[in-house]
Amino acid sequence: MRVTVIGAGVAGLACALELAERGVSVEVLERGARLGAAGCSWYAGGMLAPWCELESSGPLIAQLGAESIPWWQERFPGAVVNGTLVVAHGRDAPEVAQFAGRTGHFERVGAEAIAALEPDLAGRFSHGLYFAEEAHLDPRAALAALAARLDELGTPVRFGVEVSSAFVGRRHVIDCTGLGARRELADLRGVKGEMLLLHLGELSLARPVRLLHPRIPVYVVPRAEGLFMVGATMIESDEDTRISARSMLELLSAAYALHPAFGEAEIAEIGTGVRAAFPDNLPRLRRRDGTLYVNGLYRHGFLIAPALARRAAAVLLEGRHFPELMNEDPPQRRLA
Amino acid sequence: MLELYGTKLESRLLLGTARYPSPAVLTEAVRAARAEVVTVALRRESGGERRGEGFWSIIRGLNARVLPNTAGCHSVKEAVTTAHMAREVFATTWIKLEVIGEDDTLQPDPFGLAEAARLLCAEGFEVFPYTTEDLVVAERLLSAGCRVLMPWGSPIGSGRGLNNLFGLTALRAHFPAVPLIIDAGIGVPSHAARALELGFDAVLINTAIAQARDPVGMAAAFAQAVEAGRAARLAGPIEPRDLAEPSTPVIGTAFRG
Repeated sequence: MRVTVIGAGVAGLACALELAERGVSVEVLERGARLGAAGCSWYAGGMLAPWCELESSGPLIAQLGAESIPWWQERFPGAVVNGTLVVAHGRDAPEVAQFAGRTGHFERVGAEAIAALEPDLAGRFSHGLYFAEEAHLDPRAALAALAARLDELGTPVRFGVEVSSAFVGRRHVIDCTGLGARRELADLRGVKGEMLLLHLGELSLARPVRLLHPRIPVYVVPRAEGLFMVGATMIESDEDTRISARSMLELLSAAYALHPAFGEAEIAEIGTGVRAAFPDNLPRLRRRDGTLYVNGLYRHGFLIAPALARRAAAVLLEGRHFPELMNEDPPQRRLA
Repeated sequence: MLELYGTKLESRLLLGTARYPSPAVLTEAVRAARAEVVTVALRRESGGERRGEGFWSIIRGLNARVLPNTAGCHSVKEAVTTAHMAREVFATTWIKLEVIGEDDTLQPDPFGLAEAARLLCAEGFEVFPYTTEDLVVAERLLSAGCRVLMPWGSPIGSGRGLNNLFGLTALRAHFPAVPLIIDAGIGVPSHAARALELGFDAVLINTAIAQARDPVGMAAAFAQAVEAGRAARLAGPIEPRDLAEPSTPVIGTAFRG
């Protein structure tokens, strides 16, 4: 079997690798000139946080996400299981209670435990939640690692190739083009996200930290060399326009509220991207005219791409059917 | 039947559309609430012009009348501009006018609100102002041309219910003929029932449903509470008393044991 994967974002690369590892002859076509140039994966947070996401996402995402963490660890040494710390300021204590009520796999932590986990946050927060089993990675390094592995397996990504799945001919096609597939998948919509990369040498965090707030919940993910990713907004918009002043203010204020040292940080990068989502914000594997669309990963791209890739490969190679991803309205999709 | 600017409505439960887990859950919640009016924030969802088209087409598909709002506006100018944009996008002259005066409580700025209401009413908008329970502000809004008022129960999203019962009942008594919709701060269905029992015409709920563990279930619960509260109002509640009054007289009964 020969398969063409369209799109070299996290979904496309994971699908291609999953197939190549099973000995399938794969080609990957990407419209962008280089990795990350034309998709939203480049601006992801890279939190592999299935249990935190339960707060707003339902059990399917948690299940796919939990399954994906080992996949990443086996293929990318930069994926580390170091947990997630969730904190809130004193006056936002009800937010912690609500978050705890919706999620799972955490322990409650007080001031001492927070200081032990993140010494630089000592004395700043008196209560929070610690999700020890969650992981994080640097999305850009992770994409590069997947592309490099594909190279080793003889499947280089071909960049700068604009193609619609209808024109690939008689090969099997997996379409992972996100919002690019909008014409074929009319119920897709865009949810814009905005992020910042801050550089700050004097502070270090060992894991992603989420700061709960009734209006502006935000997370800070540590990256190598003193970089911190601060994200991310969720705006119902299809256009990848530049960041708004308001979003910038919100992200910076939240980082500053986590630790005032962020006031001295250098703004290394401002990024925006548009995530593709279906109306229930849950992913789909959808077959249409010989093409298998893997889409609607919403804000969960790195979290669930491996689990979706596995299932896409099983659909293609073994004729499997996954109702929770392939039926339009299965009971698994409904929130509890 | 509730009448807002000449539109007759069966349902006295209006819904906000923000902060739902997904548009699909929002759609089901609107159905479960049997809501006929939904409010949508233009400013935050759009990023300008027609960029939120994907979300707006979902809103239009809800089969409910759209009441666009100016959430997040802090000045008269911003609110008026947003109202113009809303009229274009949703082809309606209805506008829920919010001019926020304070960021921590999202409390209305009554001065900016009255001014923006005056400008928009003069342009032919049908304005639903988000206000406090202040009688003087209410009077100003009505003389600016508003024919509906939306007083807060407590700060937006706080879930604290009807915070100033005295002020709210005074407002109700003062403007018996003006439709009054409690707009913010409702946390649980009993708060909504209470608002209707006190004679308020309707309630608008967003956070209490959108952020509930099961928004669809909560929407249904609110629908029942609003119906119960309205029915109770029409049925004439008894007055509270300081002393017990037995519902079955005991004097003169043959045996007491």
